[in-house]
Formats: sequence, C-alpha cells, structure tokens
Amino acid sequence: MIAARTFAQKVLERASGSSGLVPGAIVEVEPDLYMSHTASWRCIKTFEKLPGASIRYPDRIAMVMDHISPAPTAQVAGYHRLCREFARRHGVGSFHDVNAGIAHLVLMERGLVRPGEVIIGTDSHSTIYGALGAFGTGVGFSEITATWVTGVLWMKVPESMKVTLSGTLARGVYPKDIMLRLIGDLTADGANYLSVEFEGSLVQDMSISKRMTLCNLAMELGAKNAYVRPDAMTYEYLERAGVADPARHALLPDEGARYTRELAVDASALEPQVACPHTVDNVRPVSEVAGTKLDQVFIGSCANAKYDDLVEAASILRGRKVATGVRLLVTPGSRDTMKQAADSGVLSALIECGAVITNPGCGACAGDGGAMDKGEATLSTANRNFRGRMGSYDSDIYLASPATAAASAITGVITDPREILP
Amino acid sequence: MSEAARGEGVRRVGGVCVKVGDHVNTDVIIPGRYLTSIDPAELATHAFEPLGRSFQDRVLAAKVLVAGKNFGCGSAREQAASCLVGAGIEAVIAESFARVFFRNAINTGLVAVQSAAAVAHITDGDEVFVNVAAGNVETRGGTFAFPAYPENLTRILSAGGLIPYVARRLEEESRR
Repeated sequence: MIAARTFAQKVLERASGSSGLVPGAIVEVEPDLYMSHTASWRCIKTFEKLPGASIRYPDRIAMVMDHISPAPTAQVAGYHRLCREFARRHGVGSFHDVNAGIAHLVLMERGLVRPGEVIIGTDSHSTIYGALGAFGTGVGFSEITATWVTGVLWMKVPESMKVTLSGTLARGVYPKDIMLRLIGDLTADGANYLSVEFEGSLVQDMSISKRMTLCNLAMELGAKNAYVRPDAMTYEYLERAGVADPARHALLPDEGARYTRELAVDASALEPQVACPHTVDNVRPVSEVAGTKLDQVFIGSCANAKYDDLVEAASILRGRKVATGVRLLVTPGSRDTMKQAADSGVLSALIECGAVITNPGCGACAGDGGAMDKGEATLSTANRNFRGRMGSYDSDIYLASPATAAASAITGVITDPREILP
Repeated sequence: MSEAARGEGVRRVGGVCVKVGDHVNTDVIIPGRYLTSIDPAELATHAFEPLGRSFQDRVLAAKVLVAGKNFGCGSAREQAASCLVGAGIEAVIAESFARVFFRNAINTGLVAVQSAAAVAHITDGDEVFVNVAAGNVETRGGTFAFPAYPENLTRILSAGGLIPYVARRLEEESRR
C-alpha cells in the first residue's frame, strides 16, 4: 500500500517521474514552466558563457519585464532589449514586455500556471502559484539558465505544514492581516523549507485573488512553496484564462498525509495588522501603531495590487482626499487589472482623491520609483519592509492591507480602516 | 573565489571571520539598487552597505561569515551569494539558512555550512576553517562536525558552482 502523501510529495513525484518520494529525498525534476522577470538578462548573459549550449524546451520559458520597467537608464534599456531580442531569436514560450505587469499575476491571468505543475521563477514570491494548486518556488538566475539548458533542476522534497483557516473575517480585515499575524507569530523562518498547505472553510470561500495573497506571503515564513487545493473556483478562473482541461494535472493531498506541523486558526477575532520596520515578522495590531506619521503610501506589489485590492482601496478613498504632504502611489499589478480598474471607474476615483497611478509592474516594491528620503516613512501593501528597500537606509516601511493603506493615506498617519470604512 | 574552492573537490577554506546575528536579509546583504550588475567584484563594493563602511571593510578583510538563524532570508537574488564571493568570503557558517540563499551559495561555489554548535563557539574575529571533505569546522573552541552534502551538491560545489558544472557536463556530452 502506498503511504498517504502530501501535495509536495505528489507534485514532485509527477515532475520527476518517480514514486515513493519521502521528505528529504533529493530528486531531479522537470519543471513545467521557468519564469524569469527582468532578471532574464542575467540568465541570458550566463547562458552566453556556456559554449555549445542550446535551450532544451524553449516553450517552457516565460519572460516578464516587470522589475525596473520601463527602463529608467540606458543600461537597463540595454538589458530589456537583450531579453526582447533573445526571446525572439530563441522562440521562447512567451515574452511579456514593459506593459504587462508583475510576472506572477501576468502568468496566472494568461493561463500559464496550472494545477499540479511545477513552476520555478527568479523571484522568491513564486510561492504565489500555489493559489492555483501549482508548485511554485523561487530560484537563482543561474538555476534558470541551467534549466534552460538541461530541462531539469534538483529539489529536495520538503516536509509540509498544514494551516487550517476557519471563521469569518470581520469588516476591515483581509487575508493580508491573516498572513501578517501568522508571520508575526511563527517568525520569518517559521516555515523555512516547508511546503505550506492552506486548508479550511475560510480558504474555500476565498477568491483566487485572496488565495494569491495567502500563498504570496507564505514566502515571508520561509516557505519553499504554498498550496491551496484546486476547486470549482480554480477551474472557473483557469477556463476564463483560456485553459482547456484545467484539472488535467491537478493533485490533492491524501487524507492522513504526514505534516510536521498543523495549525488551526479561527480568524473571526482578528483585527487589522501592521508589519513594522525592518522585518516582516515584526507585526503588531493596527491599534498599537495607529497615529504613526507617514510620508508616503504605496498600493502595489504581487501581494496586494490585484483588481479587488484596488476596489477595496477605492471604496475608502472615493470622494475623499489624500492628506496634505502625503504621496499616494498606486501601481496596478497587471495590465488586465489596470484595464478593469479603468473600465469600472476605480482608477478615476483613485486619481480624484490625489493618487498618482503608475504603470503596472513591481514599481516601488522593487525600488523603482517611490524612494524615500532619510527619516521618511511609507505604509506599503507589499510583502517586504527590509531596511533600505525603498530609498534611504534610514527610512521606515510598514506593511498592511490595501484598506489600511487607503485609510492611512487619508489621515497621513497609520489608521485603522474600520474607523473609515463605509 | 579562492583557488581552494575550485577544481577537484573543495578542500580547506577559511581564515578570519565576521559574525552577524539572526535573520540577516538579502536587502541588507546586497541592496536591490545594485542588482544591475552580476560581477562579483563590483557587487562586493556594495555588500552590506546598509550596515555602514566600517562593517563593510571588516567583511572585505574576512574569509568566513558566521551567522545566526535564517541567514539570507528574503529575495531569490543570486547576487546575495555572489557578492560575498566577490568580497573574498570563502564560507558561510550559520545556525540555519533561508532555502534560496543556500541554493545560491552552492550554485556560486560558496561553501555554506549549517552548524549551530560551531556558531555558538565562534567569537567575532576568530580564525575559522571549514574542511568540506572531512565535514568539519575548526575553531579556537574546538572542531565541529557537520553532515556531508548530498552527492549532487558536492558535484556542483566541486565544479566551482552550477554554471561551471553544467559547462563540464556539456563538454563531456560533446566528447561522446
């Protein structure tokens, strides 16, 4: 009899063509998709150093120009051009230029991420692909280059952690708050090297966008990958994205699979949370940091710049004004998100309240615009607040939900969104 | 990278160490603004910039970095490992590593050893040596064994990193 297996065991068995894998085993897997963002230029320059190398599966390559984009300097323009020309010359599976948005969101919106598949990316937040029941994990650029050439990559089969979420979220409380609290409680290595499976009634009720926020933030626990079991909502999302037979490779963990840790969280009593400088696990309830003066608010990133995030923010900002002296930057996650927000009037509400809308992409989260001077503070909806990430090494970044960000933009200090929500 | 860390097997590497605390993240190791380079020597001039010039100078003079828990947490940026190689660091010894940093270290030919016992016995500025073949860390406070790398990692590290390893594989295939 085959022992009950976790999602991670099953998906790595599928991708390595082996069976009976136990946690700790090291296997060569054939990833289904290799994402490289603007770092693609590093992969290309590394590839060009390999004499006689060719690309094994060009169709599995997806390049997205999301970081430092559009190019701010001639040097970066050269890197973008290198990627553009390389993609054409080698017939890579898909190339998404500076108008596309954040790689993770773009690939999911375009139906390139499917349940049960293994996706590697030059970005730690590749854990987000778990929102569609895929195995996504971040790797260095040399590993992407090596995989272009060989088609394989070594992986250690991770142990798994199960996080069961139940209850109902109070008004003004979002998946971002759940994750910040979890990161605060478990700390930045609370799930180091683990596959984190999200289960429970609350997760089942969450939209794909909200599941993305869960899986994205799992990285800040040190997770290797994250996972939400695919269901009818997943398949509907994928069908809309043009995927035929989306359940083809879907994998579900077995009943009775072994987890190194199981957590049950009833989120009903949760209040909005804020990660304080300079680590993501320095988390406090909003009530403890309310009143902290801000110079800038950033609504963006792969964690929280999807359409519903912009809707949440606009519901607070509509008809109000951003506080004098505060800059509100809104960077829609993708072109599709931006289009939808334009069509529905969300963008005009944001513009009217005083926000500056930037092109879709990583924006200020990756240090592209939105820098801070010494002594300034930003409240951001992104997933990292490390020292110096947004400008001066002597500036502060706080992380919170789009609702907390919007409420704080109006007052100019960290504000509990429940005080302002309609 | 030192000659010692290249070629047929990684032998003994080390020297004076610099010791840091827990959860040292990738943005502190190499700020995102410098990722427009992949040249280890150029990156090295900015390694640990948020911690100030005097700390940076100590890193440049050291051969070993000793760290607490979850070293290299954060971004997948490979330059977090290669900037240390450029700075002349031959080995990182930590209580634990963030997973992507560990991969990037091996893939750039940087010896990365997990040994909480060794870290506890090392004082900032000590001389520390890592003997990969023997699987131990030698310090003033004693010798500490660490578990051998899995075979595939030993092959990558012995080749001097992932890309040299792939190059070697390609060369072998072309000769067949």
